[in-house]
Amino acid sequence: MNEAYDVSHFLAGLMLVVSFALIYQDRLLAVLRTFAIQAIVLALAVAWQALVQDRPNLFITAGLALGLKGIVIPLALHRMIFRLGIHRDVEQVVGVGLTMLFGLALTALSLMLVLKATASAPAVAREVLAIALAIILLGFLMMITRRNAVTQIIGFMSIENGLILGATGARGMPLVVEISVAFSVLIALFVFAVFVFRIRERFDTVDVEVLERVRGDRT
Amino acid sequence: MTSSVYSILGQGIQTLLVLAIAPAITGVTRLVKARLMRKSGPPLLQGYRDLFKLLRKEVIVADTASWLFRVSPYLIFSLAWLAATLVPTFATGLHFSWTGDVIVIVALLGTARFFQTLAGMDVGTAFGGMGSSRESMIATMAEPAMLLVVLNLALIASSSRLPVIADYLVTQPLAIRVSLALALMSLVIVALAENARIPVDNPATHLELTMVHEAMILEYSGRHLALIEAASQLKLVMYGSLIICLFLPFGIASVDSGPAAWFVSLVLYVGKLTLAAITLGLWEVSIAKMRVFRVGEFLGIAFIFAFLGLLLSFVTEELLR
Amino acid sequence: MNEWVYAVIIIPFVSAAILVVLPGYWLTARLNVLASFLTLIAGLNLMRIEAFSNSYLIIDNLNIVFVVLNTLVGVTTAWYSASYIGHEIETGRITPASVRFYHAMYQAMMGAMNVALLANNIGLLWVGLELATLITVIMVGIYRTPEAIEAAWKYFILGGVGISLAFFGTILTYLAGQQALGEGLPAMSWSLLHANAGKLDVPLLNLAFVFLLIGYGTKVGLAPLHAWLPDAHSEGPTPISAVLSGLLLNVALYALLRYKMLIAANPLALQPGPILVVMGLVSLIFAAFMLYQRRDIKRLFAYSSIEHMGLITFAFGMGGPLANFAGLLHMTMHSLTKSAIFYAVGHVAQAKGTQRIADIRGLSVSHPGLAVALGLGVLAISGLPPFGVFMSEFLILTSTFAREPWLALLTAFGLLLALGALLLRLQGMLFGEPNEPTHTVKASPVPVVVHLILILIAGLYLPGALVTWFQRAAELLG
Repeated sequence: MNEAYDVSHFLAGLMLVVSFALIYQDRLLAVLRTFAIQAIVLALAVAWQALVQDRPNLFITAGLALGLKGIVIPLALHRMIFRLGIHRDVEQVVGVGLTMLFGLALTALSLMLVLKATASAPAVAREVLAIALAIILLGFLMMITRRNAVTQIIGFMSIENGLILGATGARGMPLVVEISVAFSVLIALFVFAVFVFRIRERFDTVDVEVLERVRGDRT
Repeated sequence: MTSSVYSILGQGIQTLLVLAIAPAITGVTRLVKARLMRKSGPPLLQGYRDLFKLLRKEVIVADTASWLFRVSPYLIFSLAWLAATLVPTFATGLHFSWTGDVIVIVALLGTARFFQTLAGMDVGTAFGGMGSSRESMIATMAEPAMLLVVLNLALIASSSRLPVIADYLVTQPLAIRVSLALALMSLVIVALAENARIPVDNPATHLELTMVHEAMILEYSGRHLALIEAASQLKLVMYGSLIICLFLPFGIASVDSGPAAWFVSLVLYVGKLTLAAITLGLWEVSIAKMRVFRVGEFLGIAFIFAFLGLLLSFVTEELLR
Repeated sequence: MNEWVYAVIIIPFVSAAILVVLPGYWLTARLNVLASFLTLIAGLNLMRIEAFSNSYLIIDNLNIVFVVLNTLVGVTTAWYSASYIGHEIETGRITPASVRFYHAMYQAMMGAMNVALLANNIGLLWVGLELATLITVIMVGIYRTPEAIEAAWKYFILGGVGISLAFFGTILTYLAGQQALGEGLPAMSWSLLHANAGKLDVPLLNLAFVFLLIGYGTKVGLAPLHAWLPDAHSEGPTPISAVLSGLLLNVALYALLRYKMLIAANPLALQPGPILVVMGLVSLIFAAFMLYQRRDIKRLFAYSSIEHMGLITFAFGMGGPLANFAGLLHMTMHSLTKSAIFYAVGHVAQAKGTQRIADIRGLSVSHPGLAVALGLGVLAISGLPPFGVFMSEFLILTSTFAREPWLALLTAFGLLLALGALLLRLQGMLFGEPNEPTHTVKASPVPVVVHLILILIAGLYLPGALVTWFQRAAELLG
């Protein structure tokens, strides 16, 4: 158990650090690269769980995470950024320092919360779930504090990465891991095919500040 | 010989050792940097020659200087030397080791920095004040990170005394610990900042507006300058010893291992320290100095790493309880 | 007998596959209606089955109500959509290319909702709901105007966030079940979890419920998680507004109810009733106030949906046989009425060429048929007799008054507020001199008429069979 725990702890911790790095970046291309790294670490973590839990179908999940989120999606977004000429800096609603402090607070909060609530679950599951929740909250933070449609997508997919990590940590959870990967694909296709082009087409920018015309409650 | 004689002897050796090799270590870094830039560079022993030269030179003190200006070099030197002797280098459990608490060391260095900054402002020049204010800003951001690293290690080893931590990390199986890796990275960044190394500060610069540490000591000359130079060299050795003892403690002897073990440990220690000095030289050549405004972000990263390492340590402790 | 269960799921997906490859709007629209009708038949046949469950699907007294309602509104909306979208294509607001996959998506969405309703596996429930949400997101953005894209984007982001939280809650529920049921499929089966509710790990269950409440609550439109709802309703095509209000909100509520039943069955876990009551009441009153400021007709009725979903949640939160019965009844009535209203509103907007309330006047003169439909629909949804909504609201109020008089007063206050706002706007739209422009709209009156008749009948006389049916479902809800 100790070796299993150690490696999974290492990979989960690494993924958490990369999630912080994701918030820290202020250039779009760096964000894409960091996201690719997060996906690769996720693939490694899932592959390790596949080994340890003796569930070979998780290898498929790991492969999909690596291939799709680690390679295909960053590449596709990369090309799209160049083709659409999207402005390559990311404006931030709140400064980096404050965002990082929020991130730390959210991480501490989620660790406390999950560790308290899961007193009876096995150690690996508890820790992976705690870190998964932290990654999810960091993804939310990223979506809130960045004013660019592309980074909102990346934040959303980083939330998904956290979810996949959590799902693999919960031993023996059937179906769902494959399904969540499939949905990542769906969402990715979705987003590309439908929205970014449309937004760019209509607004000449992907700064979501511009998407304020239909301000819900004013009409 | 009895154990207490050994411990006193060892402590004495350690005290003299750190003083003796400090200029050489700085010399190694300088030499590596120069060679990588295709210059021949100063010889290794140049540091000693510089210090002796300065000791013999006349001291010139400004009219506007107070007693603080004259006293500070001695204070800074002794504090730095004291801190350096408390960090285990080749043996743990030496005579002063009961005081070798990391928090004590941080406090000693903090006091030294305090006097340094005051001395920088003492004469009333613009550059001195600027150096002092920058130094204080860097310290404000580096100290919390340092303390979090200390807390992290104390949490793991259940004590904040350096010899105990070193012993713990030597004897425990070397598991892959993310929290330790994060603590290491954080400590390295803090060490770079405290020792006025690139990317935080350039120790070889002549442009006053880019100086942080150098600006504070612009007014010093003669033996005062020698003492301050020796102090910063000792500080570098101290941080190197700290990182080695915490993260690379293999081969360290204990107080009653006998002279043979001590000798081996000594050689290992000097080797590790030299390696660290060479790495520092390589690093300084590869990276550019940051703008002063960016230093805050850089140290912020150290803080984040330290905090994350602490959180992860806490999680592991909770789970393996 | 059990084949009908699979039929309810398979028919929509197969139809979707067929509709993808067929060209031409006319043909696919008709096929869409046919497929929905077949699904309705399958759904009605489910009523004859005894309770059934395997590791993936379940039919019991609760979800049969939802399935029948779902398939019914699915047919009428498909019928309505045929003429509505046809008109949109004629006037050029939509190009035939952008509606190429519209009907396939419609069927896929219905299939996904049925999957969610029939799912016994909590993962499958999540999958169905997410798939349905994603498809509606695409369909909301179908007009490709800046506002539509913004609305769809907002819906996507908020919906996606909600879905993610719900998934996390699902993982936690699985972990809670793992203690009692072991690893693998059994711990994800709702019926097994419910049967062993007392043995589930309590802190995990509580945490899971919080996440599920926020996640699925976003999709129900409970305040303060409702931000996506008004935009999605107003910027998407009207059939989609009807689908959202009449169907998707219900399916999300169903998911929430299943989990509520689960956690309520464990006496040591936090009691979901009060939370639902509070959230429902807050949504109700908030939405009622917001109704006064609305200037867009579809947005007006979107807030009305928020208000009614709040009321339904309130009723289910109160619990007990009478309140649950009233909640189920109200949910049915609301689906039928709200979709009828949207049918009328859609044609009104087409007739007037605008959605701004201030620009719609004199409908009773220019389009008397539409005016009657809209008028009756609004009267119904405001809770006036003799329509079914009055009956269900009355039941909710009386059952609440018997237990918590103050809550009943607050609820009544919210309902009266909403009544005032809706009647005010209605008056402005129906009466007075008609203004330009006035287009003619060839619309089929069938969907609206069918719904209005149904709610009228329900208001005057609820057939005994129906009452028992709802009662049994109410019992299950506890």
